[in-house]
Amino acid sequence: MKFDTPATTNPIDRGRVIGIPHDRIDGAAKVTGTAPYAYERHDAAPNAAYGWIVGSAIAKGRINAMDLRAAEAAPGVLGIVTHQNAGPLGKGNMNTAHLLGGPQIEHYEQAVALVIADTLENARDAARLVRIDYAPDQGRFNLAAERDKGVPPEGGFGGPADTKAGDFEAGFAKAAVKIDQHYTTPDQSHAMMEPHATIAAWNGDKLTLWTSNQMIAWSVGEMAATLKIPKENIRLVSPYIGGGFGAKLFLRADALLAALGARMVGRPVKVAIARPQIPNNTTHRPATIQRIRIGADRQGVIDAIAHEVWSGDLPGGGAETAAQQTRLLYRGPNRLTTHRLSTLDLPEGNAMRAPGEAVGLLALEVAMDELAEACGVDPVELRIRNDVQYDPEAGPQRPFSSRKLVECLREGAERFGWNRRNPKPGQVRDGRWLVGMGVASAFRNNLVTKSGARIGVDAKGHVTVETDMTDIGTGSYTIIGQTAAEMLGVPLDAVTVRLGDSRFPASSGSGGQWGGNSSTAGVYAAAMALRAKLAEKAGFPVDKALFEDGLVRLGNQSQPLGTLAGREGLWAEDSMDYGDLTKRYAQATFGAHFCEVGVDIDTAEVRVRRMGGAFAAGRILNPKSARSQVIGAMTMGVGAALMEELSVDTRFGFFVNHDMAEYLVPVHADIPHQDVLFIDELDDKSSPMKAKGVGELGICGAGAAVANAIYNATGVRLRDYPLTIDKILAASTGKRVA
Amino acid sequence: MRPFTYSRAASVEDAARTAASTQGARFIAGGTNLLDLMKLQIETPTHLIDVNHLGLDRIEPTAEGGLRIGALVRNTDLAADKAVRRDYAVLSRALLAGASGQLRNKATTGGNLLQRTRCPYFYDTRMPCNKRKPGSGCGALKGMSRSLAILGTSDACIAQHPSDMAVALRLLDAQVDTVGADGGRRSIPIADFHLLPGETPHIENALKPGELITSVTLPKPLGGTHVYRKVRDRTSYAFALVSVAAVFEKDGRARFAFGGIGAKPWRTDAADAAAPSGAAAVAEAALSGARPTAHNAFKQQLTARTLASLYRQKGA
Ligand SMILES: Cc1cc2nc3c(=O)[nH]c(=O)nc-3n(C[C@H](O)[C@H](O)[C@H](O)COP(=O)(O)OP(=O)(O)OC[C@H]3O[C@@H](n4cnc5c(N)ncnc54)[C@H](O)[C@@H]3O)c2cc1C
Ligand code: SF4
Repeated sequence: MKFDTPATTNPIDRGRVIGIPHDRIDGAAKVTGTAPYAYERHDAAPNAAYGWIVGSAIAKGRINAMDLRAAEAAPGVLGIVTHQNAGPLGKGNMNTAHLLGGPQIEHYEQAVALVIADTLENARDAARLVRIDYAPDQGRFNLAAERDKGVPPEGGFGGPADTKAGDFEAGFAKAAVKIDQHYTTPDQSHAMMEPHATIAAWNGDKLTLWTSNQMIAWSVGEMAATLKIPKENIRLVSPYIGGGFGAKLFLRADALLAALGARMVGRPVKVAIARPQIPNNTTHRPATIQRIRIGADRQGVIDAIAHEVWSGDLPGGGAETAAQQTRLLYRGPNRLTTHRLSTLDLPEGNAMRAPGEAVGLLALEVAMDELAEACGVDPVELRIRNDVQYDPEAGPQRPFSSRKLVECLREGAERFGWNRRNPKPGQVRDGRWLVGMGVASAFRNNLVTKSGARIGVDAKGHVTVETDMTDIGTGSYTIIGQTAAEMLGVPLDAVTVRLGDSRFPASSGSGGQWGGNSSTAGVYAAAMALRAKLAEKAGFPVDKALFEDGLVRLGNQSQPLGTLAGREGLWAEDSMDYGDLTKRYAQATFGAHFCEVGVDIDTAEVRVRRMGGAFAAGRILNPKSARSQVIGAMTMGVGAALMEELSVDTRFGFFVNHDMAEYLVPVHADIPHQDVLFIDELDDKSSPMKAKGVGELGICGAGAAVANAIYNATGVRLRDYPLTIDKILAASTGKRVA
Repeated sequence: MRPFTYSRAASVEDAARTAASTQGARFIAGGTNLLDLMKLQIETPTHLIDVNHLGLDRIEPTAEGGLRIGALVRNTDLAADKAVRRDYAVLSRALLAGASGQLRNKATTGGNLLQRTRCPYFYDTRMPCNKRKPGSGCGALKGMSRSLAILGTSDACIAQHPSDMAVALRLLDAQVDTVGADGGRRSIPIADFHLLPGETPHIENALKPGELITSVTLPKPLGGTHVYRKVRDRTSYAFALVSVAAVFEKDGRARFAFGGIGAKPWRTDAADAAAPSGAAAVAEAALSGARPTAHNAFKQQLTARTLASLYRQKGA
């Protein structure tokens, strides 16, 4: 099915199951521990041996020699995979560094061996007996030092490296009010709960991988390219995933080494990347340096805006496209965005929840706060004044499919009690706390992508959906079940959803907040095909037939679905593909974040006291799981604002704080009540679901609202994330914080 | 983790004797620190002696009017104990500021005193670290040292002592009671229990080979107002950047002990003596001799500010 004209009224609009808050249909299994995760699939792959990854001790250089004798002689050891015995390997397009390193070393903790033994303990112990002689090279580990060598990046999800409209320099030069500031954001780790993990088993030349992966079809292709075997010989199974945030978009070392290990020892092998290995072995969100210049009139109306971004990655890697939102969020005829990419020999940078916007808004929305103050305009009002209903780079001929930023700002401000904010910083005290409020716009592009599904109904009228879509904790199972139920007129508990298996039709997968809308649109397409088959069996014209209460109805005639399906059952398969609506219309999701913080007047400890957000993201398919996504992302925004940072040791070239005791993310005590409002919106140009993505929107701007609240509380303006106690103290010169 | 053998001690004397006579033996209490370090092969004992079943889990009054806390009393139980909450509230507060509920349920009094540093270079066995591998150098000194100590350090090691409980014990002048390999008993004042790194940062305490902690004894209650203030990068479940344990008297006298800034739980007579002069004077006295790095120099200001906050709240 092709979606190339705006949606009209369709079965989803009935809204009997879709749009209603539902508990997750997989929730009970998950909270009772009966949903097996990849590493626990003993049922499917009995007698698995254990693999332990040996990571490189240097960041750059070569392996001169490996001495495996002691490790091989250790108790229980079955085999050791290294570059010397792995055979010729290809490489997928999506990982930058090789997943099995050697003799060349591309980054610290790059996997250089897999030690396989009968128990986890034996494998881990023997891994320490692998002796490696390295010849280290000088690497580049300092973004600030490499910044000026940056070049425009090629490819990637973020569109062109640079964009221009009007004449930024001229516009900025004559602006009455100017903001010109630098901002920095650090490297960050996904810190999802479940580590990367895989069990691999070979049956002849056929490989099965029980793994934890967001993108089934991509990863089958990447594995085929790496092992140089046909895709058809690979089955990848990933029905339950304990979080990913982008860390599991791609094939990683656990899957490749489990496959190589299982081939070596002739039995299933399981491999997890240990928690302290994750930050340096896998991907992370790259650090950025950003410069923002805004020229406006005295009322704060923007005439010129420029956003320049510098980031670094391994040779052949990609840039952090942090200027993305600046291309679309605010008005102004004179515009400039640039991205420059430097070569760094740190571990691989790649996508983490809302790549681009998550860190771009940490800069842009603080710059807007600075502009509001410079103009003496309320920060909410400033954003409203700069709203634009079309792509400001392309002009009015490219309108937004739907854009309710102003509604989010207005309704969000009202609910939050924004009018109680004192615009003068450092004025409000509550005991030992200085109290302040901040606002930031939320923006995240809406991506749509082809997605397929198969749907069937059996003799009892029970519906089953199969697609290789993944549920990374987001609630995919439930919205897919809701979509099928709505389309076929059955209750949610009459639907079984099967996900995450490469034997099922290829889906959008989970990433870039495209999965919810795209995968349900694929189910919509398959369900339309099944409705046609059912109507035909019933002898009803499909466009007149009503699907409700488990029946197909025409006037006062009706037939149960199960009867029509018969003993064989009835199945249909289709996918949703997209035309050029994303070119003709700018498509994005919007919101407004509000935050109140307290800052200790002596110690500069920051406590978030309240958060509120209003969001417009098309049809909200399941308000309960959508809210969970948004509050989770807001929490991650608090992390980005206040604590998350992978500290780089620029001598050894690695992230020093590589475990969960040292890499801090928010805990419950950091997060107060979060109020979430979804603004009514249907986006008929996005998909027949009229939905958009919502999984990443909540992180976009959340951290900037925290930063702006800290400024309002204290008068201390920080532009170097995370905003830790030491930085606040350094910026507040007096005896107290404000 | 290296393979190891395991036994249960029959008595405290047996535990100490076995530990002294078995090469590579260690006691295991809650295991919350030791097992993590064994998995990373930072600790590689060949034999573990379980001391959990020796009746060392009691809290009882002493003849002198103090309190004897068994070495195996769990942090959770100690923090909740009625006498502790009434007479030694600073200890209860320090305990509750540490780790997480789950960890405190396992962690013991003796194990907490002996927990090892959280220096990130200590935790990565590919990095130089004099404490983990004597003579290999200090990775942190010119590296990421934001969390590390500014007082009592040496050129060989700038690691901080991470315990919260031990800071309160230092404030309260606790004694660490032990039994030695020869069955002899002694009490070590807490001030002498932890050692400064000097040239030998791998030697961290005054215990002799095989010596087992049996209890920690608190002297008579001090009275006064007990506070424990822990400043960290998130609200809960993080080690201190700076912590201050204090007991304030009505007449302006007070005593202080500090966490997060010292190579051991930090306390000076000069700081206590400065109490009537106010927070700034206490900070100056406490921080005398500080040797910060560029990364952790802020701990000086933060210590002063934390003291100022305590004085402000006391006044309020
Ligand atoms: C994630 C995390 C966060 C933490 N956060 C904090 C925090 O914020 N504040 C804080 O103070 N602590 C914190 N801790 C540390 C925690 O308090 C310690 O791990 C715990 O107190 C150790 O006690 P245990 O009984 O488990 O010791 P074990 O791990 O069993 O033993 C530790 C050491 O003491 C020795 N030992 C144990 N008992 C005796 C004895 N009776 N006599 C002689 N030797 C003995 C052992 O041989 C071993 O060397 C944290 C720990 C973790 C894992
Ligand atoms: S500070 Fe101490 S523990 Fe840390 S690396 Fe240096 S010697 Fe090791």
